Amino acid sequence: MTEETKSFEPTIIGFTCNWCSYRAADMAGTARMKYAPNVRLIRLMCSGRLDPTFVFKAFASGADAVLISGCHPGDCHYISQNYKALRRFHLMKRVLTQLGIEPGRLKLLWASAAEGAIFASEITKFVEEVRALGPLNWPQPGEQVSTPIMEEVTA
Amino acid sequence: MEKKEKIGVYVCHCGTNIAGVVNVGEVSTWAAENLKDQGVVVSRDYKFMCSSLGQELIQKDIKEYGLTRVVVAACSPHLHEATFRNACKGADLNPYLCELVSIREQASWVHTDKVAATEKSKALISGGVSRVVYNEPLEPLYVPIHPATLVVGGGISGIQAALEIADAGYRVYLVEREPSIGGHMAQFDKTFPTLDCSACILTPRMVQVGSHPNITLLTYSEIEKVEGYVGNFTVSIRKRARSVDEATCTGCGICWEKCPKKVVDNVFEAGMGNRKAIYVPFPQAVPKYPVIDRENCTFYIKGTCKACEKFCPTEAINFAQEDEIINVEVGNVILATGYDPFDARRITQYGYGRLANVFTSLEFERLSNAAGPTGGNIVLRDGKTVPKVVGIVHCVGSRDKNYNEYCSAICCMQSLKFAHLVHERTGAEIYNFYIDIRAPGKGYEEFYHRLLDEGTHFVRGKVAEISDAVRLPGEEGKLIIQVEDTLTGNQLRVPVDMAILSAGLEPRRDAKAVAKQFGISCSADGWLIERHPKLDPVATVTEGIYIAGCVQGPKDIPASVAQGAAAAARILGKIMQKEIALEPIRASIKEEQCSGCRICNNVCPFNAILFHEDKMVSEVNPALCQGCGTCVAACPAGAISGTGFSNQQILSQIEGLMLLNIKSHKETVPA
Repeated sequence: MTEETKSFEPTIIGFTCNWCSYRAADMAGTARMKYAPNVRLIRLMCSGRLDPTFVFKAFASGADAVLISGCHPGDCHYISQNYKALRRFHLMKRVLTQLGIEPGRLKLLWASAAEGAIFASEITKFVEEVRALGPLNWPQPGEQVSTPIMEEVTA
Repeated sequence: MEKKEKIGVYVCHCGTNIAGVVNVGEVSTWAAENLKDQGVVVSRDYKFMCSSLGQELIQKDIKEYGLTRVVVAACSPHLHEATFRNACKGADLNPYLCELVSIREQASWVHTDKVAATEKSKALISGGVSRVVYNEPLEPLYVPIHPATLVVGGGISGIQAALEIADAGYRVYLVEREPSIGGHMAQFDKTFPTLDCSACILTPRMVQVGSHPNITLLTYSEIEKVEGYVGNFTVSIRKRARSVDEATCTGCGICWEKCPKKVVDNVFEAGMGNRKAIYVPFPQAVPKYPVIDRENCTFYIKGTCKACEKFCPTEAINFAQEDEIINVEVGNVILATGYDPFDARRITQYGYGRLANVFTSLEFERLSNAAGPTGGNIVLRDGKTVPKVVGIVHCVGSRDKNYNEYCSAICCMQSLKFAHLVHERTGAEIYNFYIDIRAPGKGYEEFYHRLLDEGTHFVRGKVAEISDAVRLPGEEGKLIIQVEDTLTGNQLRVPVDMAILSAGLEPRRDAKAVAKQFGISCSADGWLIERHPKLDPVATVTEGIYIAGCVQGPKDIPASVAQGAAAAARILGKIMQKEIALEPIRASIKEEQCSGCRICNNVCPFNAILFHEDKMVSEVNPALCQGCGTCVAACPAGAISGTGFSNQQILSQIEGLMLLNIKSHKETVPA
């Protein structure tokens, strides 16, 4: 690890739903829980609103990682839409891998409105994971993307 | 963007809440200088933006600068979004053109690094500015409210709710599954801690319900189907055939007197007593009309008998009666379907169902009830022996990770009530086996002390086993309760004549199905979820659906009554308004872009998307749409847009949030 990567501060875009995870962030704030300042949140009404485009746009705009958070399974304000987010999450991880981006740069976090502490600690943990990965570096033209998915795709 | 927006940015100090960590002056100046291209024409910071002076500052700028968008960087939108939207509205700017950025909950309160918190605040404001450009002026949606209400469940909570609304002059449809209203409370003899006679306080309310001109009482009935949305629900109710004509029946009781078929009553009498095949569950039943239990009636089984028909003085018996489907229109719904007692058979080591003199709490309620099978005599299963030693086991099925982790809230007090009744009527020696005594209600702790004074033994420990295996002299013919007294650390074997299992409360077996039918959700335990555990305990996330009583979680009678009344008050407020304003966060489909693939129809949990077979396009019903936006994300043609959270708004916000980084990144990292 070079000096540069040690001091690397990742920028992370986080998507929260309006009902559970955004309120978990509010709760963390109200309880003055401390977490790493690297995540910038965007509020959606539901994690089901998360269009995969948003994630790719975040990476394309220079984000080093993306956090998706919503209500726990079974607790969705809109009954079951967080399951749709879960499906898209798995799909996006595959697509990102195919694009040569480490799947560890996309994280899904279920947090209820009461789980400010979990929200805070998970963010800090994620920031450290991304810091270890280093800045997002898109593969250069001609560079070999070596991932198991590539074999699957080319097979 | 053809027309350049004029944006005002307002950074709040929130006293020192924000300003103590975030350099608000620097943030404000930065926004004015660096977000000019995005349209920022004025940027200010102020001690308390939410104060009337702060709001006036914004309103003055809207007028003077001709602002078309406002970004307030302050606390969470869940706190003050309405405040600043109203401020904008007051200055004739559409309230939805105001965007709140949370730099308190998301920056100053959660970060200690002042530089990082300041930089993050700049980024968040940049995101807000980029987003607000694409905010659209919106108007709330108004839908009319039908003044009638459906109450599901005729226990004390549903009764209270129905009476409150009916007394206010509005129609109530009260639907109850059993032949009579009254619920669990009708089964009890006494209520804690006052020892009021349960029937004496409940039955007058039941009679009121039965005779109220504004209440349509539908007993022996169940909900078939629910359609519609807040203000406009259509509910189909299946009124099961009673085989008795309600118009001619006088409730005289000759039919059940003459009926030759005895049936064990597993519902009202908890298996402790019998009823006839034609019956009312208990003498004070409302309505007074009996039902014929077709599974047990000799006529339905063998084709002969008809004793009831022969003796009925008004010819009210109708063996050919069929189920009836009744459709009603209502504006709001209250679910008050109550609880099921925990099935004590599941804890096999307690011997219920195997050892005759192990009773459940509900069985004991019937045993101690003056109108019960023993006339209120507390006797063993043989029907005559009065117990000399009684053990009461607390927390059966509650506070136990093997069954239910939660506390059922009423079992401690219920056990104390049992102990008192046993003491009063038999003089028996009583042991209470408890984990903790929880007596937090009005007069509850005092009742506990009364029991202590009465000489009841309290043993702190969770009962390991109840058995009839004799090991020591004196245990012959007894039930032996094995327990560790955790206060002394001793293992005890307590021989008793009767053991009462104070069973916890569980969600109704069909609670999940009911929740699904009405479009709301259950917690992991199976209780229906309220909108907010502290501030909105009787509303649910589905507009127009309210919950009251034990369906929301275990609670005692006063709390159930309070919730019934609270739900009624909430609904009366809505009825008075005649129409309801809904947040205009809705999806809409551009017909010309829709390919008719119907993917959106399937992702919508509210059935808000209709498919027009003729035009082969889908359409969103804005009154049913709850605005989650899943269809917007799912549409492969991009034909669906979601107001308030459009693709443009979010994509632009992402760019805005990254603005700072791209610059600094490019400056610091050589290409």
